Amino acid sequence: MAPAIIIIILALLYPLGYMVYGSFRAWDPSQNISESEFVGLKNYITLFYDPAFRESLVVTLTFAVCVVFSELVIGVGLALMLDRNIRGMSVLRTLFILPMMIAPVVVGLMWRYMYHPTVGTFNKTLKSFGLDGIDWLGQNALLSVIIADVWQWTPFIFILSLAALQSLPRSAIEAAKIDGATSWQQIIHIKLPLMMPVLIVTALLRLIDAFKVLEVILVMTEGGPGLSTEILALRISRTATEFRELGVAAAMSNYLLIILLILTVSMYAITRIQENRAARLARQIQEEY
Amino acid sequence: MPKIRLEKLTKSYGTFKVLHGINLEIEENEFTVLVGPSGCGKSTTLRMIAGLETVTSGEIYFDNNPISHLEPKDRNLAMVFQDYALYPHMDVARNISFALRLQKLPKAEIENKVKQVAETVGLTNFLSRKPGALSGGQRQRVAMARALAKDSEVFLFDEPLSNLDAKLRGQMRAELAVMRQSVKKNMIYVTHDQIEAMTLADRIVVMNDGHIQQQGTPEMLFKKPANKFVAGFLGSPPMNFMDARIVEENDVLFAEGKEFKIAIPKKKAKSLKKYKGRVIIGIRPSDLIYDPKATSDRALDLRIVVSEYVGAQSVLMCACGDSDITVELKSETPIALGETLRFAVRSEGIHLFDSKTELAL
Repeated sequence: MAPAIIIIILALLYPLGYMVYGSFRAWDPSQNISESEFVGLKNYITLFYDPAFRESLVVTLTFAVCVVFSELVIGVGLALMLDRNIRGMSVLRTLFILPMMIAPVVVGLMWRYMYHPTVGTFNKTLKSFGLDGIDWLGQNALLSVIIADVWQWTPFIFILSLAALQSLPRSAIEAAKIDGATSWQQIIHIKLPLMMPVLIVTALLRLIDAFKVLEVILVMTEGGPGLSTEILALRISRTATEFRELGVAAAMSNYLLIILLILTVSMYAITRIQENRAARLARQIQEEY
Repeated sequence: MPKIRLEKLTKSYGTFKVLHGINLEIEENEFTVLVGPSGCGKSTTLRMIAGLETVTSGEIYFDNNPISHLEPKDRNLAMVFQDYALYPHMDVARNISFALRLQKLPKAEIENKVKQVAETVGLTNFLSRKPGALSGGQRQRVAMARALAKDSEVFLFDEPLSNLDAKLRGQMRAELAVMRQSVKKNMIYVTHDQIEAMTLADRIVVMNDGHIQQQGTPEMLFKKPANKFVAGFLGSPPMNFMDARIVEENDVLFAEGKEFKIAIPKKKAKSLKKYKGRVIIGIRPSDLIYDPKATSDRALDLRIVVSEYVGAQSVLMCACGDSDITVELKSETPIALGETLRFAVRSEGIHLFDSKTELAL
């Protein structure tokens, strides 16, 4: 038992400790970490007042909230529409899942070429209708990367909500039909509330992922134009490689880690609350009978 | 004018036919029980009336209006499901009031109705509980209350008691019997349990293989089953069947089989005069009475194979020729396994069926 635990702790905590340790130092990639100067909380405080870092935080937050919200609305909407047995449905479902299986770098490249101002699919199509092209990766860059991410990750929410939908008690939905509920009322009063536990966890999982997104944006915009799509992961990697400030990059990573920790802990808390509630009910019933 | 009418109702899943043209008329305020073994089409019939299954062909009429094109919500009915089908995220009060809230009734009216219905089914103290915190019997009551709250003209029950344990089932059955005295509604009740059918129904509809076998009052079906299936399905323990031949001796008809030869009562004999083929003779356990002194033309000699003690009565599995015969006997009667006892046959308890068509003769 004990050796295994020690190995696990070392394997997990050593890199983490290394990062925390580095974040307190003015650390340059050419130096050995122990040679670097200890600066205390300076890196954290500098970041706190750094407009570029703040901008990056805002971009990341905007990106994460927008993609998760859109993916939820579209994914759950699709699941609600396709939750029936029609011929060919299994083929359609497989098609929907395809984007998720493509490597993010490929997705980024694909969309970058589709967004190309002159030869890209979108602007060519717009022009064939006599419309002006859109500056996709220029002033609309954030929206464009959001669209690409939504395209890739909506299937994830779609699959999970479809599974949730299909495991709902059929007879409760039938009872609602008998009780006079229209399709819309069945969704609002029965299906969505019953799917809620799954949806909350799914949304949190996606939010955690969205905060860490890198490849697609790196390939599509490299964070530009300006800082308009420079999400945290990109900022961190640039700080470490271009600006050669490993200590600051480590501090940034720790800020991101704190955000992700809060999200993860709240996810566990929510599942825990649900489990506890179920256990309490079971006990209550047992005590009564 | 019948309240509900099914006309040549059929249902197929692909090429598989589940219902073969059912015709049924249900009078106003009748408690109708559809009963049959699993897979006989009774639940499908009920779900088609509810609108939860589409109609393949034929038509359903409420008050002479065709309704099979209507959505369930437009049929004004209430239904109790086998697994109760409660809304797990709503407390009892909200479960009961769901339909009323959808109708946007005034709040006070809804509250009154919920209170009144909860009292009827004895749920007043549980209104703020979620279904997960209720026992099976209480959930059953919530399902009942929810149906009652709706004030529908037609009540549908899909095996509402089959998820309860035996004791609770008996209790709920009795409560249902009481409730139906006070609630005058059109009720259609599906069950595979013939005791529920016998105790609750004004009219029993026995189904098998997607056909209606017979319909009528419980008494009529019990006394005059139209065929061997109905005879064997209703009654507990079930009716005994033996292969026999009709023979005539000195103007008296006998049903003769291996190890028995029973005189057929005059009333029945008239219609059987011309019928000299093979028959199936059916006798209920309750029509076989232990009587060592009975004459052999009115009795069966049964060899006891198994004795099941169930309290005041014992149920004996016996052999007579090739047939297995079940009889009931007071438990204090001294018997030994392997012993042969004589049981008198009550003359009105003799049922005869054609051995090919299995129709009553």
